[in-house]
Amino acid sequence: MKNRAKLLAYPYVLWMAIFIVIPLLLVFFYSITSGDIHDSSSFSFTLEHYAKFFDMLYLNVIWKSFRLAVISTVLCLLLGYPVAYIISKSRQQHKSLLLLFFLLPIWMNFLLRTYAWMAILSPNGFLNKALEFIGLPPIEIMPGQTAVVLGMVYNFLPFMVLPIYTVLSKIDKNVLEAAMDLGANRFITFIKIILPLSVPGVVTGITMVFMPAVSTFVISRLLGGGKELLIGNLIEQQFTIYRDWHFGSVLSIILMIMILVSMAVMSKVDNDSEEEGRSAMW
Amino acid sequence: MSRKIIELKNLTKSYNGVKAVDNINIFIRENEFVTLLGPSGCGKTTTLRMIGGFENPDSGDIFFEGNRINDLPPYKRNINTIFQRYALFTHMNVYENIAFGLRIKKTPKDEMDRKIKKMLKLVELEGFEKRHVDSLSGGQQQRVAIARALVNEPKVLLLDEPLAALDLKLRKEMQIELSDMQKNVGITFIYVTHDQEEALTMSDTVVVMNNGLIQQVGSPVDIYNEPKNRFVADFIGESNILEGIMIEDFLVEFAGKMFKCVDKGFQNNEPVDVVIRPEDIDVTKPEDGHIHGVVTSVVFKGVHYEMLVESSGFEYMIHSTDMQEVGSEVGLSFGPEDIHVMKREGSEN
Repeated sequence: MKNRAKLLAYPYVLWMAIFIVIPLLLVFFYSITSGDIHDSSSFSFTLEHYAKFFDMLYLNVIWKSFRLAVISTVLCLLLGYPVAYIISKSRQQHKSLLLLFFLLPIWMNFLLRTYAWMAILSPNGFLNKALEFIGLPPIEIMPGQTAVVLGMVYNFLPFMVLPIYTVLSKIDKNVLEAAMDLGANRFITFIKIILPLSVPGVVTGITMVFMPAVSTFVISRLLGGGKELLIGNLIEQQFTIYRDWHFGSVLSIILMIMILVSMAVMSKVDNDSEEEGRSAMW
Repeated sequence: MSRKIIELKNLTKSYNGVKAVDNINIFIRENEFVTLLGPSGCGKTTTLRMIGGFENPDSGDIFFEGNRINDLPPYKRNINTIFQRYALFTHMNVYENIAFGLRIKKTPKDEMDRKIKKMLKLVELEGFEKRHVDSLSGGQQQRVAIARALVNEPKVLLLDEPLAALDLKLRKEMQIELSDMQKNVGITFIYVTHDQEEALTMSDTVVVMNNGLIQQVGSPVDIYNEPKNRFVADFIGESNILEGIMIEDFLVEFAGKMFKCVDKGFQNNEPVDVVIRPEDIDVTKPEDGHIHGVVTSVVFKGVHYEMLVESSGFEYMIHSTDMQEVGSEVGLSFGPEDIHVMKREGSEN
């Protein structure tokens, strides 16, 4: 029985090998070689592409990608936590409707949503038309970093709301009543009980917003108007414009390492919050 | 008698138009162990939650030491609660769980340490301070919950089926521990359970509830021996409930015969319900009994046998240590004090 069940895993293992492991190895291979990509006989091993990366030009792009991703993640958290909290506290029959409002946008095409923001934010867009109509001066946020952050927050907010909502709605109502029973008012109950118990959801939410935010190239291209080059755009350019697969691979590997490191840090935070008090058990 | 600490007056609470608690009036005295007993949905937990401040009554008042506390939030009531599923703070260790209430009151560290040590000793969990609550067994978790509530020195402790999640053996042990603890710390316990045995073993006073109404209030012995109505008789222990007629004081007719009894105060010829407990019926030779019947079933229950004896269309349940063969003819006999006469439900309408 057990062995038969194992057989069911083989298609997936095969899938992983062909579409994940081999491409990853190829990316790594390209990153440490140089030569004509159409002629494998011209390949030679080198670390020059890695060296090339440590240029202020590229470091600045990395820095900007990180900064915008962090700002977007923080904004998503600040906006998403109260939303998740309110949904989890609302009446059962309202819950699914409220959740639907937040999930509905995800069902629409990502590009379409971002184009919609272009139509709203562009210098002659809906926003400035509306401002003009009520007699206010136009604002120019697109193209620019503000528009990019706005696009990221809009697109990734549901990924923050959902995990936090899930964790919050799983908290036993009796535990909150117990806190009140022991003398905690609503504020103390939130700070000492709800917030610590929701850390796993917050960590998941941060991970799920930060990862796509740091690697996006569509949002920055459309709402940044080509001015705001992020690491995602840089990678895209290496493959589509400059045809430098080797340097593109280096950038991909570096981005991957950075995401892995930040995820490791986050899961450490998550574990610490769970292990609190348990660590001294042995 | 000690003074009243909690009084409920005309307390009513409905959910979606269904009355969970229907105009109840009771008072609870200081240092009393009171149990609210009834089947699920009888309103006992709702009553408890209103005393704790987790539900607001639709109408009626709750008094605590003479003061109306209807509008006081739970954290301002000098009452603590033990929840059915413990409701421990899983992100804290045992010490921090118990310290929660003390920290809010800004208790000095040395006093807090001393109080928590004392509590852990009371619940026999010394040395468990640093343990994570998830690593404890159900019984240990329940004891942490008790310590967490008692460390605040409440005047009243509410317990909402606190032993329901424990296995039988542990439940029995905890029953004894809880009633010992109640005597040691000298505070009022209001205990909710659907387990009639638990209620009878632990309480000073039992309040039997059904459909949001109080059926009977009394000591365990009174409730068992003198059930006020058919519901109480049926819910508390096993009983044989027969329809009868109260001929006059101390004389009741049922099963086609007249019996002497110890009850009075009914109208002459009033229709009544008659309760005879299974363990109060003696099995005799057919010619010696008041009632003549045939054994239809015998089940071994450990200490006793549970037998069903059929006689003129009624099946009597009998608990006896002597076994009779199925099909044998027997006589059933009982004394006047074994017959409990109750008002027939609805007979007043």
